Amino acid sequence: MKTDELVRMLATGALAPASGASYRYGLAMGWGAFAATLLMALTLGVRPDLAEAMREPMFWTKLGWAAALTAASLLAVLRLSRPGARLARVPLAIAAIVAAMWLLGGLALARAARSDWPALFYGETWRTCPFLIAALAAPVLVAALWAMKGLAPTRLRLAGAACGLLAGTAGATVYALHCPELGAPFLGVWYLLGMLIPAALGALAGPRVLRW
Amino acid sequence: MGDTEERLRDLLVRGLAGDGAAYHAFLRELGAHLRAFVRKRLARHPDDVEDIVQESLLAVHNQRHTYDAGQPLTPWLHAIARYKLVDQLRRNGEAPLGSDALDEAADLLQASDDRAAEARRDIARLLEALPERQRLPIVHMKLEGRSVLETARLTGMSESAVKVGVHRGLKALAAKLRQGP
Repeated sequence: MKTDELVRMLATGALAPASGASYRYGLAMGWGAFAATLLMALTLGVRPDLAEAMREPMFWTKLGWAAALTAASLLAVLRLSRPGARLARVPLAIAAIVAAMWLLGGLALARAARSDWPALFYGETWRTCPFLIAALAAPVLVAALWAMKGLAPTRLRLAGAACGLLAGTAGATVYALHCPELGAPFLGVWYLLGMLIPAALGALAGPRVLRW
Repeated sequence: MGDTEERLRDLLVRGLAGDGAAYHAFLRELGAHLRAFVRKRLARHPDDVEDIVQESLLAVHNQRHTYDAGQPLTPWLHAIARYKLVDQLRRNGEAPLGSDALDEAADLLQASDDRAAEARRDIARLLEALPERQRLPIVHMKLEGRSVLETARLTGMSESAVKVGVHRGLKALAAKLRQGP
């Protein structure tokens, strides 16, 4: 087929364009977060003392921190879905949110007695926390990759990593409703690790899954 | 570049709103720009040029929902052309071009070349290999110029199945093009 004929074919009877990024990610995040929450509620359970925990400022700090990272990752994902769009300061924003928790962690350690450091750092659940976050992230990762696949990422590894980070941060937000830990040093390390596992998986999957 | 960007953007925006003639003009002019852009960067593989032009045009069409009308058009077009070009180079087993050879988005609209060569991969043949539920809607709607309703009557498919068939069929064509000759 000659290029002129292809152009005519494409222009003839062109239908309305497919739904854009906001629709696809709206759908993906809605279903992904729903599935992650259901998975958490059925297998891990919401922490029984949730009402009490909600009186702790640190509980809201934890939830808000994970949610802020989710929002920033979503921004990265949206930009990476669109050819020619620049990430600009989004990576910096993500780094700044992470650094804020490290700062809180440093302050908490500085104020605590040395003998309390291991408790603040390891909590009681450091062995399982990153893996449970990664498990809750799984449905969000699948949904985000589906949404990205229907758009047009041009940097596939980075786009896959961003989908993974979005999934990991959303998974951590959901996990925060189950998790008993409130120490900033704990969150800055083990939560972050839990977010980075799906990000690494996304980076591995991106070049294969996202091609178009 | 400014004028070309303005004109092409206007044509595309009108095309996306349903103006078929504007969309046709957009794709035709874009094809000439893509050809000059690709030819300059693929001097060692002149036979691949028309294939990448066609692949990029199909990609621009299939991915047109990712264009944000509030943003400049040139970086969007350039990123698509660059992606398809780099993909082809990788398939040829070559190292990707240095980033400076590709990274100027403004280059895309600077030159134009109407001398279409023969493509090596024939889209008409690839079309024949599609399943009926994708091939028939494309043949009736996009080659014969029939409406969704007529196509639905002719094929016995529902109107929404016709639309889905066109959409998926064009994506499948892009995937087949990518797999190479």
